[in-house]
Amino acid sequence: MPSKGSGGIEYTQIQEIKGPLLIVKGATKATYDELVEIECRGEGKKLGRVLEVGGGLAVIQVFEGTTGLSVAGTKARFLGRTMEIPVSDELLGRVFDGLGRPLDGLPEPVGHDFRDVNGAPMNPERRDYPTDFIQTGVSVIDGMLTLVRGQKLPIFSGAGMPHNMLAAQVARQATVRGKGEDFAVVFGAIGVQHGEAAFFKKTLEESGAIKRSALFLNLADDPAIERIITPRVALTAAEYLAFDLGMHVLVILTDITNYAEALREISAAREEVPGRKGYPGYLYTDLAANYERAGRIKNKKGSITQMPILSMPSDDITHPISDLTGYITEGQIVQGRDLFRKDIYPPVSVLMSLSRLMKDGVGKDQTREDHMEVSNQLYDAYSRAQELRALAEIVGKAGLSGVDLKYLQYGDIFEQKFLKQSYLENRTLEDTLRLAWEALSILPTSELTKIKDSYVKEYYTPEEKKE
Amino acid sequence: MAVKGKVVWINGPAVKAEGMAEAKMYETVEVGQDKMVGEIIRITGDVAFIQVYESTSGLSPGEPVYGTGHPLSVSLGPGMMGTIYDGLQRPLDKIAEKSGAYIQRGVNITPLPMENSWKFRPSKKKGDEIEAGSILGVVKETPLVDHKILVPPTVSTAKVLDIVKEGNYSLEDTIATVQSSGKKLDLKMYHQWPVRKPRPYKERFDPEVPLLTGQRVIDTFFPIAKGGTGAIPGGFGTGKTVTLHQVAAWADSKVVLHVGCGERGNEMTEVLVKFPELKDPASGRPLMERTILVANVSNMPVAAREASVYTGVTMAEYYRDMGYDVVLVADSTSRWAEALREMSGRLEEMPAEEGYPSYLASRLAEFYERAGRVTALGSPERIGSVTLIGAVSPSGADFTEPVTTHTIRFIRTFWALDTRLAYSRHYPAINWMTSYSGYLDYIEKWWSKNVDKEWSHLRGEAYQILQREDALKEIVRLLGPEALPDEEKLVLDLARMLKIGFLQQSAYDEVDSYSSPEKQIRLLKIFVDFHHQALSALRGGTSLGDIRSIPIIPNILRAKFDIKSEELDKLDKLKEETSQAFKALSTKPEVKAVA
Repeated sequence: MPSKGSGGIEYTQIQEIKGPLLIVKGATKATYDELVEIECRGEGKKLGRVLEVGGGLAVIQVFEGTTGLSVAGTKARFLGRTMEIPVSDELLGRVFDGLGRPLDGLPEPVGHDFRDVNGAPMNPERRDYPTDFIQTGVSVIDGMLTLVRGQKLPIFSGAGMPHNMLAAQVARQATVRGKGEDFAVVFGAIGVQHGEAAFFKKTLEESGAIKRSALFLNLADDPAIERIITPRVALTAAEYLAFDLGMHVLVILTDITNYAEALREISAAREEVPGRKGYPGYLYTDLAANYERAGRIKNKKGSITQMPILSMPSDDITHPISDLTGYITEGQIVQGRDLFRKDIYPPVSVLMSLSRLMKDGVGKDQTREDHMEVSNQLYDAYSRAQELRALAEIVGKAGLSGVDLKYLQYGDIFEQKFLKQSYLENRTLEDTLRLAWEALSILPTSELTKIKDSYVKEYYTPEEKKE
Repeated sequence: MAVKGKVVWINGPAVKAEGMAEAKMYETVEVGQDKMVGEIIRITGDVAFIQVYESTSGLSPGEPVYGTGHPLSVSLGPGMMGTIYDGLQRPLDKIAEKSGAYIQRGVNITPLPMENSWKFRPSKKKGDEIEAGSILGVVKETPLVDHKILVPPTVSTAKVLDIVKEGNYSLEDTIATVQSSGKKLDLKMYHQWPVRKPRPYKERFDPEVPLLTGQRVIDTFFPIAKGGTGAIPGGFGTGKTVTLHQVAAWADSKVVLHVGCGERGNEMTEVLVKFPELKDPASGRPLMERTILVANVSNMPVAAREASVYTGVTMAEYYRDMGYDVVLVADSTSRWAEALREMSGRLEEMPAEEGYPSYLASRLAEFYERAGRVTALGSPERIGSVTLIGAVSPSGADFTEPVTTHTIRFIRTFWALDTRLAYSRHYPAINWMTSYSGYLDYIEKWWSKNVDKEWSHLRGEAYQILQREDALKEIVRLLGPEALPDEEKLVLDLARMLKIGFLQQSAYDEVDSYSSPEKQIRLLKIFVDFHHQALSALRGGTSLGDIRSIPIIPNILRAKFDIKSEELDKLDKLKEETSQAFKALSTKPEVKAVA
């Protein structure tokens, strides 16, 4: 029998419990997407969300899992609203669980407002096109995969590779040149190990950025279904900080693979028709709903820059999660196993990586006039070096011409001097471009077809000319 | 009498309502208290399945559903140019005025600016006979586009009883009264048309005129014709969007429809920022004056994504009916297919390949068949065209997936984007071995008549160099380039020169971004001539090393950047200088011998 309690309508007839789903009978007043509070003796309160409603039945996805729920004695209270979190500047410096509840023993932050965690689509007409260069101090990113404010640039990685270090280094070092503006870091851990979350927390503490950070942690042993909400909670907090308080927010979400798996679990429990590899057909739309919450808005000060991390199962870039992500995000930073084995940090496989917004974030006004052309030439030459390496393995170095040998030398210098750097090393853009020219200067000028003559004249410094 | 039912079941954008026995298939309905727009896609008994074009979050069983009695339609009239619409033809700037930076649902806005007044100049007079599609008069919509006011295609032969004088009128004013089959009709400057129904025309033509895009690899190697169809599949990062933006920017069509269908929000923003700055090469006016955007980006409601391509193509057909060449680029048809798949899944239909519905192929066919070069209905006689170009985003860059394989069946130009080319930053990453154009034979005449008689021959010769290089690549991979005889090494050199100096084209370089057909053919001639002269020099005893070190080579490779489309004499000069360089070469060995 439904009964009106304090806020919401309560139903007690449970028809079925399967996997993460709870099906409530007689729920005639339920609405789609509504938040539900579930109470069962000895289990405390759990939260859930209506996925489907009709014919008197409501299908509820229980975030904390259905363990311990029984058909008799379980009460479902439909709260008459979608899931919301309180937002205020008090979010900063705090640690929350995957649903936005405090984990640090302090009371709930006092909300200036409550926001629906699902957000709403940003009107493309009101977006401001991102062009502000962010200096990360990492040569390969600044030089070739430039990050701009409001971009979504994921790290594609594989098991065991240092994606967390790279993201932490970016979070620690990122600055916008010549501007002392408000920044904040929002960190959303989605099913990661305790150690990884602790690493991020420690990094933020050491750099003093923790006061300007909000952490939302769903760890590997937390309920899997909660992972569907964690990025939404984190992004809702970020949107408030960015567009209400005018901060420049860097959002790090790790690991999207766990998120997609939680989505697959729900989809399988609902017996939906699967798309590729058992992931639901709406995986693209669902991922987009999160990724598209990055950006800038006209006439607003703040911005949301997203750096999601995803580990590609078996390093397979064509796996649906990385594939669909690549179609939505504005580029990708791909970590390569071969470079990782060569002990190069960051092991960024540059040829597969890309920053789509780079072209508008570099140049005379933002960085330096030769930046884009240098980057193109670095790519071009490295791509040729890779081809020649493969060839040299078959025909031997003797079968290569003098210029070809220069390319091989360039490839090594590029990897060892430009790409490789320490986790603690914060390079300025000038350092990065100097190292780039150092590598390019190994090649004869006639090979530098992508760079204007005037820049070559100014920056090209071959070994023999160097004093 | 429109139906009124009530919601009984909700699952995301799929909603069932009962009490709908009177409803028609594909009728537009208003769902719930917020009056969200939806469309009926299946009727079982008195239960209608509705795809709702807005977020159903918070919708509850028992809420009302109102029928509207008409199918999903667009309003066609002056005021569309330069506008950015959502998938249901609601102007996004007007939505922003109402609901701010984020899109809220249930916003009710007219697609056309009803408050604007337009200067109408009649071209018919009292007593004239008119028929469906006839031009009643003209409105200057933008400096680039004269908007012809058309008699709606639903009106049969009629007589003008009254028509207004030249002057300013708003869209709701009656501009003409006509007598048709005994009935009096008031005609306005706009009319409605259902999006899923192709607009009628008189006659279809062969696609004989190329659509020039200023992109060398497209125009010269894999051209598309006005009224033709093309697909551009590619994995992520291969530059689909950039290539489509380039086509939309430089195509020599009168009107451009850019449908952003389930893609990134920032990409539409980029068009909004850049197009007003870019100038039409023919008139020097901002490109935005001839462009309409339809944006249903990836995080906007999925059902409206399905509708957005139809909204776009219907507007394209409308401008075609005025006698204009229209090009529509849809980015990306894969996301549109995914929207079909999602709705189909929620309706629990039996899936075909990879969960896509079995009617995927027929829907794609219907869409691409709306392209064509036609004579429009009514008088005076005029020819217009709709060219359709769709991006395809194959999962895992695998061209055997259903959307790509089905699309290939219905298009005639195929620009295959190659991940490997993109990784080495060869843009546009159109693979010259796997791409093709079915229009070569049709448009050859146009090129030889308007640009150069030798076009077909030059293209063939250059293409052969690329083909031979592809075959030789295998040998090089196994044995190294030194294993080849000099003439074949020369083929490799030439192919490399063609790639750098001709095929690669920078979208971001002011000069290189657009190449006129005259520039393209002259550049191509320089490369082909180079091959001829190098070959005869080689046969005459010059070493390959000497040919490789001709100092003019870097100039040839940079000509695409250095020489503007209008500086054709500089290209002719470069060609002359190249010949000179070879002449100098042929005298060189003797000098060496003496020394």
